[in-house]
Amino acid sequence: MKDVITSPKLHDCRDAFVAVLERLGADNPKIVAVCNDSVGSSKLNGFKSKWPERLVNVGIAEQAMVGVGAGLANGGLLPFVCGASCFLTGRSLEQIKADIAYSNANVKLIGISSGMAYGELGPTHHSIEDFAWTRVLPNLPVIAPCDSVETAAAVEWAAHYDGPVFLRLSRVGVPDLLPAGHRFELGKANLLRDGDTITLIANGTLTHRMLKAADLLAEQGVEARVLNMATVRPIDVEAVVSAARETGAILTAEEHSTFGGLGSAIAEVVVAEAPVPMKVLGVPGIFAPTGSAEFLLDEFGMSPAAITEAAIALIARKSFRA
Amino acid sequence: MQPNDLDRIARQIRLRDLQAVFEAGAGHIGGEMSAIDILTALYFRVLRISPDQPKHPDRDRFVLSKGHVALALYVTLAKRGFLPEEEIGTFLKPHSRLNGHPNCTKVPGVETNTGPLGHGLPVAVGMAKAAKLTGAEYHTYVLTGDGEMQEGSNWEAIAAAAQFGLDNLTLIIDHNRFQQGATLKDTNNLAPFPAKLEAFGWDATEINGNDMDEIVPALERRGNRPHAIVAHTNKGHGISFMQDKVDWHHKVPNAEQYQIALAELSETL
Repeated sequence: MKDVITSPKLHDCRDAFVAVLERLGADNPKIVAVCNDSVGSSKLNGFKSKWPERLVNVGIAEQAMVGVGAGLANGGLLPFVCGASCFLTGRSLEQIKADIAYSNANVKLIGISSGMAYGELGPTHHSIEDFAWTRVLPNLPVIAPCDSVETAAAVEWAAHYDGPVFLRLSRVGVPDLLPAGHRFELGKANLLRDGDTITLIANGTLTHRMLKAADLLAEQGVEARVLNMATVRPIDVEAVVSAARETGAILTAEEHSTFGGLGSAIAEVVVAEAPVPMKVLGVPGIFAPTGSAEFLLDEFGMSPAAITEAAIALIARKSFRA
Repeated sequence: MQPNDLDRIARQIRLRDLQAVFEAGAGHIGGEMSAIDILTALYFRVLRISPDQPKHPDRDRFVLSKGHVALALYVTLAKRGFLPEEEIGTFLKPHSRLNGHPNCTKVPGVETNTGPLGHGLPVAVGMAKAAKLTGAEYHTYVLTGDGEMQEGSNWEAIAAAAQFGLDNLTLIIDHNRFQQGATLKDTNNLAPFPAKLEAFGWDATEINGNDMDEIVPALERRGNRPHAIVAHTNKGHGISFMQDKVDWHHKVPNAEQYQIALAELSETL
């Protein structure tokens, strides 16, 4: 797996987002940023200082923010609507459904600080329902990049894609995993490591943990395939079916509820196309206790060591297949 | 087009709307009748639009936020040349593009999808803001119901429109005094509207929303703040037994009532 660059340096993916937004914004005056008082947390100060008039801040009013985004697109602009993912998706879900997805408005929804990035601020600020809420909506690709390279590539892709997009970003530092110059393809998983005993699938902040777990499994003589699956909708059916048929077991992990997210989307494919034992790791359908994002991921069994144990247990289930 | 001609067209639209509700066995006839004069003035006098180029970048924007009166919009769009008039006969039929609420991805002339209330005004604010950013000279109009103003999203948008200085935005509130199950007064009475809107930094005008002589100048008025027209209308306007009766929010006339309504509307054609 020489394509995989594992750097110990951690990157905040918001930086990659705004770097691309500002680069594209310099050439395309139609690009505008829309936010709900989240100039700082969306890291839009650079954009604002360059083009103050192109930063549309509606104040703390998420329903209006999403509706205004749809109207700006109708007026010929290319809006990037940015807000904490918990409020963007939760407070304005009906606007996302009617004004953006159903109207097929060319609006890019940028969910900032998704998952449990707000850690100790608690479940009101956690956004571990957003895959479930958004992936049922037609017309709306749902994407959670795994590192700053993929974030930059996905923003670039989204800006050129004619239609709505939901891009789910974190503020928690992650190492770069994909090679420089990586191009984002909607609905295409990236093979980060090949193996034939089990497939580990993740996106967002969990992908690098899955890679570490694969290293631990290799130490035990288990070769795991690792797929980075940023696109939750449309799901990469081909990669999931191949993983099921070629490795016989699939373990997923996500910074999201185990109900309705990436694991559920994969399970829908596995059940219909190639049934094999599966395990879905995530927040197990509860409101999380107090703790940082990293603490909570460990708490919910998503440390590399715990992922390794779950993989071993899942592989054991393979032997019981008739 | 002058007010007399507009009145004639509005009566024709009312008649076709009534027929379509009767044929489809569904619709929101009360609110359609209250809003048709406003729709007629917009589409036959005020809006700078071209049926041949429904996506022209400089077209004026109109958003029907009270999307449940979609039929009145379809009939108006058809009469204005955006749709074949015979297509009105497909209203609510399987696979018709004329759904119970308007769909901009299918129906030419529809700007955004509405149905859930409180959506049109925020989108219209975005349209007007876009014109400010690009220098486009189009004007944006949005029609809401009066009960619909109970949605908090509208007040988010009203505050934002004032903050953005959107003098290119006109909100028309179809103030027919009734919502689905009762009067506004007996539900959650936001009326009177003008002082509230003015407190948010808007200009507010009150008119008789079923009188072309008052509708046209109000729609054509330009100032230096966002403009709200509180249009006092009658639910079921034009059909005597429907007028100001809450039952006629989405009731369908029976054969006898239909004949009476037809006769009343035809008499004035």
